[in-house]
Amino acid sequence: MKIIWAVAGVAVKELYRRKDFYVLFIVTILICLVMASVNVFDDRQVVRYIKELALLLIWISSLVIAITTAARQIPAEKEQRTLLPLLAKPLSRTQLLLGKFLGCWLACGLALVCFYIFFGALAASREHQWPVANYCEAAFLHWFALGVVIAMSLLGSLIFAAPSSNSTICFVVVATILCLARYLDTLATAMNEPLRSIVYAIYFLVPHLEWVYGMRNLIVHDWPLVEWRFVGQCILYLLTYMAVFLTAACLVFRRKPIN
Amino acid sequence: MNAILKTEKLRVEFKTRRFRNITTKVALHGLDLEVSAGEVFGFLGPNGAGKTTTINALLGFVQATGGAAYLFGIDVRQPIARQRIGYLPEMTYYYKFLSAEELLRFYAKIFRLPAGEADRRIDAVLKLVELEHARKRQIRTYSKGMQQRVGLAQALINDPDLLILDEPTSGLDPVGRMKVRDLIQRLKNEGKTVFFSSHQLGEVETVCDRVAIIHEGALKAIGPVGRIVAEHGATLEKAFLNIIGHQPEPVT
Repeated sequence: MKIIWAVAGVAVKELYRRKDFYVLFIVTILICLVMASVNVFDDRQVVRYIKELALLLIWISSLVIAITTAARQIPAEKEQRTLLPLLAKPLSRTQLLLGKFLGCWLACGLALVCFYIFFGALAASREHQWPVANYCEAAFLHWFALGVVIAMSLLGSLIFAAPSSNSTICFVVVATILCLARYLDTLATAMNEPLRSIVYAIYFLVPHLEWVYGMRNLIVHDWPLVEWRFVGQCILYLLTYMAVFLTAACLVFRRKPIN
Repeated sequence: MNAILKTEKLRVEFKTRRFRNITTKVALHGLDLEVSAGEVFGFLGPNGAGKTTTINALLGFVQATGGAAYLFGIDVRQPIARQRIGYLPEMTYYYKFLSAEELLRFYAKIFRLPAGEADRRIDAVLKLVELEHARKRQIRTYSKGMQQRVGLAQALINDPDLLILDEPTSGLDPVGRMKVRDLIQRLKNEGKTVFFSSHQLGEVETVCDRVAIIHEGALKAIGPVGRIVAEHGATLEKAFLNIIGHQPEPVT
């Protein structure tokens, strides 16, 4: 486990020593501050729109960070040949991959903490309340959803040659899941066989990240907390997908020649 | 003498697929090598001969399609076989966002060195490669020679019994080459085993106990430098050219 933590530490250092995160964070802050300074039609409820847009920006930024960070890990190591001295040490490929996953996941967790603290401060400045438990619940599930995205991107980075093509494919897949996955079962009922079975199979196979994405409403509309047992079930569901993607990535990586 | 590094009929094939046609290129044809403890072993061959492929197979980067390879008697497919080795790849690039000290600490953790031991080794190797003054600077600010020295430092961080160096002097200036040569000599005096590939026949002649010459994936000659020179030519360069079957073009 120490080895996995050592690899993870390097991935975390990479994130905070690169400019990507800072650029996204500052852009998100600037957009949110500009939005927050405007009071459209003198509407008292305008803060809800601001919160919704801020959360949308946080989701987009966190997905950009998660996908781009995970997608470049192994290809960059290969391209810069840092993989050679690393794998020449008593480190298995599975340990390397798990370390990379853990590093990216922790780095995204740190980024989320920054984003949600900013969001809390922004909302508190307009609403004068600080529902910490709601923010923690939403951020926690958000972090686990990012874990699935990171595991998927790592798998993609071993299948697709170029990090850019992998990132694009991952973005398209995640955006499709967030926007369309919830409608797939409804769509399937209106179809004939065998298309119906195929769409149903896709519906049950894809990770339904939109359930976590829906947690935004909890914060935007000040709804009560979701019961922790449901949160636990959701985390188990997301952990299962992480495990599936990581197992597939380990199997692919074990067979890949490094030269 | 114990064989620290051993290959038995090592065969490596690369398959390339273009549409439905699969072409197979044999990179190594049943290579038999044995390197004993305390030896400095030179691994020679022209470009594309299979030197790097052999090293890659020894380190588990490519899977052998036949035969076997062992380090310290352990099959190279097991990560533990790499516990007592140091490796310097041909072109060294390291994490540019880390300093030399951070990089070495990271590698020390992979070798599971205790914190105190890691500190001691980091100080020792940075002194050895003369990078103490730049230990806190990020590697992105290093010159090529300094990066090569960081590479040597990381290869020595675990105080290895076997050092595998792939073209350790490529791209270095004469002073850098001399320092690498001195380092190999020093390791030899400490009783370490060094296995290195090189095109610099002069330095091979200076520091190696034995050499192997490989051409088109097959072992052409192996033995002490003096014997190979005596059997195949007046100098190691002439012996090398004779063994690989190179015919010099007549000067017109």
